[in-house]
Amino acid sequence: MAAVAEQTTVIGLRPAVAGRNPWALAWRRLRRNRVALAALGVFLLIVLLSLAAPLYAHDIAHDGNVLSPNLNGTTLVNGKVTAVMQQGGGVLKLGEAPIGPTLDVRHYFLGADGIGRDVAALLLYGGRASLQIGVTSAVLCCVVATLIALIAGFFGGLIDTILSRVMDIVWAFPAYLLAICLATVLLTKSTGIQIAFLHVRAASLWTPTVIIGLIYVPYVYRPVRGQVLSVVNKEFVEAAIAQGASNVRLIFSEILPNVVSTVIVLLPLMIATTILTEAALSFLSVGVQPPNVSWGTIINNGQQLLYTRPWVSIAPGIMIVLTVLSLNVLGDGVRDALDPRAKLRVG
Amino acid sequence: MQRIGSKKSKLSGKTRLGSLVVLTIAALTAAACGGSASPSSSSSSAATGHPGGVFTILANSAFGVADPAQNYTLEEWQLLIDTHDGLVTFAKQGGIAGTKIVPDLATSIPAPTNGGKTYVFHIRKGIKFSNGEVLKPSDFVTTFKRQFTVPGPTSFYSGIVGASSCNTKGCDLSQGVIANNSASTLTINLTAPDPEIMDQLSLPFAMAVPGSTSLKLTGNNVPPGTGPYMWKSYNPNTEAVLVRNPYFHVWSAAAQPKGYPNEIIEKYGLQVSDEVTQVENGQADEVFDGDQIPSDQLTTLNSAQYANQVHVNTLTADWYMALNTSHAPFNNKLARQAINYAANRAAYVKIAGGSSLAVPACQILPPNFPSYKPYCPYTTGAQTVWSAPDLTKAKQLVQQSGTAGDKVVVDSTNDQVGTALAEQMVSDLNAIGYQASTQLLTASNQYPYVQNSANSATWGVAWSAWYQDYPAPSDFLNVLLGCTSIHKNSDASPNIAEFCDPAIEKLINQAESAEATNPSKAASLWTQVDHMDTQQAPWVDLYNPKQIDVLAKSVHGYQWNPQWYILIDQMWLSS
Repeated sequence: MAAVAEQTTVIGLRPAVAGRNPWALAWRRLRRNRVALAALGVFLLIVLLSLAAPLYAHDIAHDGNVLSPNLNGTTLVNGKVTAVMQQGGGVLKLGEAPIGPTLDVRHYFLGADGIGRDVAALLLYGGRASLQIGVTSAVLCCVVATLIALIAGFFGGLIDTILSRVMDIVWAFPAYLLAICLATVLLTKSTGIQIAFLHVRAASLWTPTVIIGLIYVPYVYRPVRGQVLSVVNKEFVEAAIAQGASNVRLIFSEILPNVVSTVIVLLPLMIATTILTEAALSFLSVGVQPPNVSWGTIINNGQQLLYTRPWVSIAPGIMIVLTVLSLNVLGDGVRDALDPRAKLRVG
Repeated sequence: MQRIGSKKSKLSGKTRLGSLVVLTIAALTAAACGGSASPSSSSSSAATGHPGGVFTILANSAFGVADPAQNYTLEEWQLLIDTHDGLVTFAKQGGIAGTKIVPDLATSIPAPTNGGKTYVFHIRKGIKFSNGEVLKPSDFVTTFKRQFTVPGPTSFYSGIVGASSCNTKGCDLSQGVIANNSASTLTINLTAPDPEIMDQLSLPFAMAVPGSTSLKLTGNNVPPGTGPYMWKSYNPNTEAVLVRNPYFHVWSAAAQPKGYPNEIIEKYGLQVSDEVTQVENGQADEVFDGDQIPSDQLTTLNSAQYANQVHVNTLTADWYMALNTSHAPFNNKLARQAINYAANRAAYVKIAGGSSLAVPACQILPPNFPSYKPYCPYTTGAQTVWSAPDLTKAKQLVQQSGTAGDKVVVDSTNDQVGTALAEQMVSDLNAIGYQASTQLLTASNQYPYVQNSANSATWGVAWSAWYQDYPAPSDFLNVLLGCTSIHKNSDASPNIAEFCDPAIEKLINQAESAEATNPSKAASLWTQVDHMDTQQAPWVDLYNPKQIDVLAKSVHGYQWNPQWYILIDQMWLSS
């Protein structure tokens, strides 16, 4: 914090700005970036819609659970009772086609998927899972990576070498391949995963969350460690050492505040990345497991319906695009706001 | 018998042997199969056909290693029956006539001697392999040795004298398969009578290859055969090409008639949806019938313009959920019966593509199968045909069993259909008071995983499917639910439910013994076994599937054989 304040005083063009809290400065810059604010608005809207899933599902739930198959169910279309799954016509009557979009919010607004579930409800519940996994795994990734980077950068020497090589090894694996391998192994453990006192069921959302969070640790570790190395020999750190500060205090009170902006810049970008990864894994059936749904699983379910019911796949695809786009734009805005070089743009 | 995505397994006598690894997803609907043809499965007279042209089949993927001693897929078998012959074979005809075993390279089907343990075949003369070599009885010695020296499902012939000491390093069948070239006879000695030996000899594994063929795996080089076609090339990444065998002549029209196309090409690598489009457009002649057509493309096939190009046939196969009888809650008979009452089979049928593509089932034996008599205790209404789930009865049984609230893991494949079946089963289980979840694995992993007892603590319900090897009740009742089909800690243990009932096992033994001496009594016993198994409920039988063949407009002479399915070389093309 001391370093940031010092830089602000030296670089800042207007004395009135020089003494301000750097976070307030960043927020001020972000507020002036309308594109980033619009992206934030889109993202928050998606979050709110997903949180409101039960309100929508309340009206259309069958058997009390919108995520259960509804192959023999019926719904109302233009006031008429209609089967959710409709047998093919002609002489052969091959196939069972799910009902298409009715544009009636209470009755299969976006139609049904291959097992008779309301696509709009799945979209909202899927958003919950995708966002929960994306945000949680990104936070987990950033926290773990930052801790390791602080330790490696602060202590240096052998500790730094070992930790950095471990990160290099993890990085050497293609991220998706590593995630698929881990998921395949963990999903077959019906007993779940036991980490100390924590127990995670195999089909739990925490399984993909932990996997995705861990595979991206090296991606965050590298830039944060670089930042730690650039800070660790600064005068304010030496001053703290001279005052007898412990290692823990040096790491968390002196160094961490000066690298956290890097982590904050990376966070939205990591959320976008983890959401995409979750979608990919779920599309490949090694992410979110039934009866839970995510946008990736919905796209997967819609694969076989691309000719007749393309919305089953297109709708979650649009949601993923909007979410990732908004996070990337927001991430750029946050970076601009926190980047010291951007201070020159503050009016 | 085979299940989707994996190779078949077979019980021979008392020894159940290996199922192999999946070669291709296209092997989906497994090897041999039986059933009754629907009205759409025409059986056109061969007399009206005309030879010539190139018949092109499109398949999503190839069938793996082509050596006929190893390959265990319908995809290659449909071609092998056009290039090779055995001592006997299933008649190459459509409809129920195709289940009859007729002599092929043997002049007749011999009656057993030596208490049912010895068969003496007289081999036809004047038949040549596609490389010009003359067929001799001693060629069969090599053929049978290769069943053991080439890694494969040797269990089919493990009852031959000397087979027990054979392995991939060597094989001495001098007492089990005795060739007399001068007398043109081949004697097969068995260690015990086997009433199903003719069925087993009709499979492609027992088709003759030249005596000079290596006893090692020949990889993708298929040894010469005696059929109307020969293998010109096979590349799993591109195509297989069959051309006419210049040495072929018809010796038995029932066993091996002359084929119509000059050339048969099977191309690999297209998406199934593209295969259908190309065949609809006349750019190819057939969609390989093991490829699963996407559900929304099925609806396009309902168009009247394709009415003569699409054929649907009932398979003698079961799609089922095995209940783990070695662990709670399904080590309790009442719990097993409860989920059988609760299973909404109408929903499972819809997942399979609707009532045109599947029939709800309760019992082990499929319809149109020897010893089959309709029986369905797990339904409302009359107890012969399933009509609706009985949730009241199911919940009552769950309470009586004391298993309410138990956690149940449903294991299935992670493809579209496997996932949907698992989700429906979870819904059915939750509806009667269990706490169910899914465990989805890739198709190639799931089958060996659920067979291995080392994993049995990790699941309560496991999806599986079975297609007949040949039309014999033991192929379902003994192989899938006999006590001798349980092989602890083995990936080849087809009794997935680990169900073993001493009373039923006793009846199975009686039925097998009676097959040779009193077939009608045996048939009656097998029916009894089927119904007793159904009462004990080691499975939730879901449905019996049907199969779709999609052909180009220019294709004529479609015939569907219950054992081999579509008879490729018996179709001809418009000039």
